[in-house]
Amino acid sequence: MATADIHITEETHHDGHEHDHDHHGNFWTTYIFSTDHKMIAKQFLITGIFWALIGGALSVIFRLQLGFPEAQLEWLRPILGGWITPEGKLDPEFYLALVTMHGTIMVFFVLTAGLSGTFANFLIPLQIGARDMASGFMNMLSYWFFFASSVIMFISLFIETGPASGGWVIYPPLSALPQAVNGSGLGMTLWLVAMALFIVSSLLGGINYIATVINLRTKGMSFAKLPLTIWALFLTAVIGLLSFPVLFAAALLLIFDRSFGTSFYLSDIYINGEALPNQGGSPILFQHLFWFLGHPEVYIVLLPALGITSEVIATNSRKPIFGYKAMVGSILFIAILSFVVWAHHMFVSGMNPFLGSVFMLLTLIIAVPSAVKVFNYLTTLWRGNIRFTPAMLFSIGLVSFFISGGLTGIHLGNSAIDIQLHDTYFVVAHFHLVMGSASFFGMLAGIYHWFPKMFGRMMDAKLGYIHFWLTFVGVYLVFFPMHYIGIAGYPRRYYSFTNYDVFNSFSDLNMLVSIAAIITLAAQFIFLFNFFYSMYRGRKASANPWQSNTLEWTTPVEPGHGNWPGEIPTVYRWPYDYSKPGAKEDYIPQHIPFSMTPESNLPHENDMIKLEGDEAKVVVNEKK
Amino acid sequence: MFEVIIAIGAILLVVILLTLFRIGTLVNVVKGTDKKVVSASNKVNAALMIVFMLAGFGFFFWYSFTYFEDYTIPVASVHGANVDTTFWITTGVTGFVFVLTNVLLFVFSFKYQHKEGSRATFFPDNVKLEIAWTVVPAIVLATLVFTGLRAWNNITSPASDDAEVIEVLGYQFAWGVRYPGVKDNQLGDYDYRLINDKEGNLFGIDVTDENSYDDFVPLEMHIPKGKEVLLNIRARDVLHSVFIPHFRLKMDAVPGMPTHFKFTATKSTQEMRSELGDPEFDYFITCTEICGRGHFSMKLKVIVDEPEDYEAWKAEQPTWLKLNPDYLDKVPADKRELAIIKAGINKEELEASL
Repeated sequence: MATADIHITEETHHDGHEHDHDHHGNFWTTYIFSTDHKMIAKQFLITGIFWALIGGALSVIFRLQLGFPEAQLEWLRPILGGWITPEGKLDPEFYLALVTMHGTIMVFFVLTAGLSGTFANFLIPLQIGARDMASGFMNMLSYWFFFASSVIMFISLFIETGPASGGWVIYPPLSALPQAVNGSGLGMTLWLVAMALFIVSSLLGGINYIATVINLRTKGMSFAKLPLTIWALFLTAVIGLLSFPVLFAAALLLIFDRSFGTSFYLSDIYINGEALPNQGGSPILFQHLFWFLGHPEVYIVLLPALGITSEVIATNSRKPIFGYKAMVGSILFIAILSFVVWAHHMFVSGMNPFLGSVFMLLTLIIAVPSAVKVFNYLTTLWRGNIRFTPAMLFSIGLVSFFISGGLTGIHLGNSAIDIQLHDTYFVVAHFHLVMGSASFFGMLAGIYHWFPKMFGRMMDAKLGYIHFWLTFVGVYLVFFPMHYIGIAGYPRRYYSFTNYDVFNSFSDLNMLVSIAAIITLAAQFIFLFNFFYSMYRGRKASANPWQSNTLEWTTPVEPGHGNWPGEIPTVYRWPYDYSKPGAKEDYIPQHIPFSMTPESNLPHENDMIKLEGDEAKVVVNEKK
Repeated sequence: MFEVIIAIGAILLVVILLTLFRIGTLVNVVKGTDKKVVSASNKVNAALMIVFMLAGFGFFFWYSFTYFEDYTIPVASVHGANVDTTFWITTGVTGFVFVLTNVLLFVFSFKYQHKEGSRATFFPDNVKLEIAWTVVPAIVLATLVFTGLRAWNNITSPASDDAEVIEVLGYQFAWGVRYPGVKDNQLGDYDYRLINDKEGNLFGIDVTDENSYDDFVPLEMHIPKGKEVLLNIRARDVLHSVFIPHFRLKMDAVPGMPTHFKFTATKSTQEMRSELGDPEFDYFITCTEICGRGHFSMKLKVIVDEPEDYEAWKAEQPTWLKLNPDYLDKVPADKRELAIIKAGINKEELEASL
């Protein structure tokens, strides 16, 4: 009953929109303080791209140090100033700040806000058939909290004592004691403030996504007919809503320890010739709280990318996604399990070894739904009729990264093996492939795929191909060699390896990695050019350029405020009726009733015709 | 001048690329290829999938086999051998899946590329297949879990009573080691409030505890071959992590919470040197938990001795109290005599220095 009621209010609502269409807001209400989900999505996207460039540039600077330890970096002085030592080297503390900020920026600002923020905002209303988010105002707030957070984080890059430099996991006591490292002074304070704002932004967004998916689905759009993108974004929002508050709590306690003399995480510390009064705290407590967010965060980053990939692979293979229910089930299972595996990051932290055994068991279970997803993607490609659009290429790349990076998770989830591999380059290789690069590719696939709907124009496909192949080969060249370096025991976050004979045998491999990283970053400028050029000069898009089934392609080329000029279409079928035997075209969009497609209906679908009612007949008549 | 030329070159390159791009776009418009759903590039991309797969696997197998000796480090502890076995079993299983699934991914992409007039197979689900690839990975993973669990339980089980106890202390930016001493074989108490770098008490040794009198604090770590060693690990400022790569040993050092790791070394430093043909070789501890500016430089030499050499080395180490005789004043008066004896302080020398 509830859905029906909402539908009625929706329809009366829409009359109002028809008038809105003619008069546009001014510059400020359209582009800056917009409450339109499509504009907010674009704001997230542009901010995300900005951060990705910063994060990428930081990584290239520290790769210079690692790949060319002898190089003169004097030429960076105009940019980095005092962070270049008088000998023309990178300051070791600044190196730590670089890896810390690279991690923070990429995980939170690019792959959480840039990915979820963009595609949850853009796709949820369009794919479920809603005029906008449940609360446009909250949605706007979500972006502006993120913006404020970004500004503060950005400022922290420029202060004298440097940005936070205790690793992106900010383990206390290092992050709590300015005596221990310069970055734990003002830099850390700004980090914590920025992250607090970021969490607020995430929660505002997440509540909105959940409310919208539950309440504003168009008529006929049952949960069983939701595109996998929406399932992924919906469950991502649920995970975020449950886990981000824990990070908030962890950060708050850290703020207390830093500024108000409490001892949640501090105990028995002697530093800089002085014994601190704090006693009874536990640094392990922080690690538990942090990873209670930190591990679900991996899936917050990854699931939307997997959702996007499911959609793109099905569309471009011209085949239904294989095992829709299994796909939904595995997302759900991963979402639940993601909350009970956090301590696999802490096998050698000194926690009770029995906990280690429990978490090892739970961690390896999570590989099962992941394996199911991979096999389902492969079967979707099997006997398809594949079109290699840039989005499709990036999706195939994602699956490859997900396999290659995911499998090493089986090593690391095994506590016995983790003893040796923990905090080595093996871990760096693992998570950069499975979470970093895979999610990044999902984001790029999403941009290439939905660019026509965002800006009404097509991106250049050839540039897309060049961008893909350079990035794909580049990413593998950057991260695959790190497995070997990790097996050899090289620890992470080392400024230099020159005083270890054992660790000094890979200078050639490290150089290769650094060169590949520079080329990969350079290749992203091809994308940037393509993105901004196509926005203004790209070929005009048609309403449904990929011949896709989902609802967003039934809107006008450039959907206005309210998304559909007339009534919101009713949904009759699942989103994956591609290449259905008997059908004229190789795709049947979700809003086409079964009564219109008698030639391709399966037996149980013929029975559905009776239930379709009068509205379906209207659609039939219009088409005729 | 040189920079200007480079800048001009770079600008020219960009201009050429832009021109090429523009020409390409215009050619597409003239030919009308931009209107087609699937262009000729589809074949190229499909072929590149195969090229990438062959080249990628080529490099993977070539490097993995040719440089095997370079990226694997020899193992020198009892549990380390188990860890390595578990690692290679897991690598075998995952390596097989890695090759299989990636081959399927790229081969399917190539084989089922778009063909004019052909249609994809409508194949939305198959319960048997799905059950198969849920159950099979589950079984394989269960096997791996149990192999790992057994190794893990062995490694983390309590140390035997006669294990050689050594204390390791992490601080910015070095490691300290303390031995319980040859007379009582007990580590003395410590308190972080007693730490005083200027007076030489890095460990916060509490001299009111008799067990501390014969403790000694050498500059390198020595351990016996073939005897169980228990590391009592602690940190006094921020988190550190003890990592001895050749022993497959890693454990965080946490301020306020002592941690432990037990192991048995199987190869003495001498044996390892001759095995590797490297007379300079030494075992070492390094730090694997970010701890500040000098994180990368926390290295401590570890020497594995034959048991009798180890005992001899221990016997000749001067006690900490002997090296820091000022602390004798802090020893309670009734225990001072005992302290002097246990610390091995020569009485006459002491009186002479006073």
